[in-house]
Amino acid sequence: MSILVNKDTRLVVQGITGKTGTFHTQQCIEYGTNVVAGVTPGKGGQMWEGKVPVCNTVAEAVEQHGANVSVIYVPPAFAADSILEAIEAEIPLVICITEGVPVRDMAEVRRRLYFHNTKTRLIGPNCPGIITPGECKIGIMPGYIHKPGRVGVVSRSGTLTYEAVWQLTQRGHGQSTCIGIGGDPINGTSQLDAVRMLNEDPETDAIIMIGEIGGSAEEEACAYIKEHVKKPVAGFIAGASAPKGRTMGHAGAIVSASGAGTAEAKFAAMEDAGVSIARNPSEIADALLKIYKG
Amino acid sequence: MNIHEYQAKRLLQEYGVPVPRGYAATNSREVETAISHLGDDMIVVKAQIHAGGRGKGTFTDGYKGGVKVVKNREEAQEAANHMLDNTLVTAQTGPEGRKVQTLYFTEACDIDHEYYLAIVLDRETAQSVIIASTEGGMDIEAVAEKTPEKIIRVPISPTMGLRHYHCRRVAFALGFAGDQVKQFARILTGLYKMFWEKNAMLVEINPLVTTKQGQLIALDAKVSFDSNAIFQHPEIQQLRDLNEEDPKEIEASKHNLAYIALDGNIACMVNGAGLAMATMDIIQSFGGSPANFLDVGGGANEDQVTAAFKIILSDPNVKGILVNIFGGIMKCDVIANGIVAAAKNVEIKVPLVVRLEGTNVEAGKKILRESGVALTPADSLVQAAEIIVEQVKNAD
Repeated sequence: MSILVNKDTRLVVQGITGKTGTFHTQQCIEYGTNVVAGVTPGKGGQMWEGKVPVCNTVAEAVEQHGANVSVIYVPPAFAADSILEAIEAEIPLVICITEGVPVRDMAEVRRRLYFHNTKTRLIGPNCPGIITPGECKIGIMPGYIHKPGRVGVVSRSGTLTYEAVWQLTQRGHGQSTCIGIGGDPINGTSQLDAVRMLNEDPETDAIIMIGEIGGSAEEEACAYIKEHVKKPVAGFIAGASAPKGRTMGHAGAIVSASGAGTAEAKFAAMEDAGVSIARNPSEIADALLKIYKG
Repeated sequence: MNIHEYQAKRLLQEYGVPVPRGYAATNSREVETAISHLGDDMIVVKAQIHAGGRGKGTFTDGYKGGVKVVKNREEAQEAANHMLDNTLVTAQTGPEGRKVQTLYFTEACDIDHEYYLAIVLDRETAQSVIIASTEGGMDIEAVAEKTPEKIIRVPISPTMGLRHYHCRRVAFALGFAGDQVKQFARILTGLYKMFWEKNAMLVEINPLVTTKQGQLIALDAKVSFDSNAIFQHPEIQQLRDLNEEDPKEIEASKHNLAYIALDGNIACMVNGAGLAMATMDIIQSFGGSPANFLDVGGGANEDQVTAAFKIILSDPNVKGILVNIFGGIMKCDVIANGIVAAAKNVEIKVPLVVRLEGTNVEAGKKILRESGVALTPADSLVQAAEIIVEQVKNAD
């Protein structure tokens, strides 16, 4: 089984009538996700594709359709507003897929999350979403590469997660839950948060953590792993070949001029925490299978 | 997004931060005018490039110093003749340096002491942090490393904002007294307001000086903005200087592609920033050298893929191309169509290895197979990297 999402998840899609929202909602429904409502302000009362009721507000989706998880596909200028609306509607889990959200907006969102007794966990923004294989897919990941199982995966990168998941699946190992926490400098759920949840999940036996250069999220997770995690953990860091001072696509992926946030420092933290290291992105699953037989 | 010092100072001035009187110039006529606006006295001539270390830099013709303090107008004119359209190499520009296309002339001032003052957005705590030090005028990261006790850090909650007591706290920590506390509070208040309103990631005054007359003035300024928020600030967008950017990167940004030029010879086209970095890493681990970072993004269309190929191929160092797509939002058949269209549009003379996986992978592979485009398909990333490194090596 899993953390955060499962077969009981009742999903509301914010931005369901947009092009991206429509495409991925179809994919998620095909996978078996229970989409109970959509939100597009002004289109309340309509039926999306003849299947899913559209509401004007997230609160309506909660009250009328019992939504307990939200996914956000709205454009970057409105993403923070959508997150805050979902928080106010007391949705326990909000997943923001949108890329390009202003950092200042996220600073405000994070204050709201931390200091107002918020009942919500945010995942993302700029992330692929979350999947509990065989039960519930929320986001933009291709469903077929996954397989139900007992390895938990957490990652800052979308496509690099697919890479690792595909390697696991091809080697016969399924996944409990895969979480993409997103590539932005300020996000809702950290590597540490995700590792802690997977560690506490009785149905997860092993963990893969995929990081990137920049920030100290992996170092913080490693400090926790060293202290608390008995489950086998494997890890990879992308960006060893990246030059200093340049933002590599993800706003969060930057090695500062002072040299903080390098791949080397992160690999060293993993080594110190006893994490099995993949030095190469095609060896992520193998790094885990060296220490975990399933 | 970064801007020049003279632009940053104009912004600071709008927010009530005192800066020395100054004029920018981009040609000899403007240089004359700028100098004539200043007194026939001490003048500072400053090369405007988006890189630090200008004062200690050297021009490619051997002329030393991208920042000159001169005694009069005549010397200012002479310094300008050396600097304008010359190429300045500093510790931050790389060996190729930057062409100086704008000069900034300012009044000199009688410096008593140099301080450091900045506001940055701290990703870990999701709030802005004031960073200040009595050790201004030098590399602040070196100060932080050698004498961390000389760095003052005050976090500011985004919901509460900057308060008077924050200003007083920093002012007293820097050793100001009397009227200078008030002057400092005005400067910090303006700086914070500008930081917040303009969606900056960093505003830095280094040095902030006290003059012998007791005035606080911002002598140098650096501002960088959140690219994600630029759409909210057309006035900032206008400050973008395309001369400071790689033409390939400018072209890429027009097509919404994240491209960064590097100095290797194997071009990469990948979807997703993490996978793009990992693809560069694996090329390097096989002894190859990536020519670029290129993330075509989640929802790229055929035109973007074609544009991406054109940009990659405009780099004369490129001896091979590795396309690595793991389809999520991005569908493999779209990428495949893009490759085929690009091959028709631009002649691809270098080896091309394509690895597709994910959404619509079979359709994508079929399109490539039936297109007749000369390429080597690969089933895994490791295989793709191995093949392209080998092919480029053999071509040498």
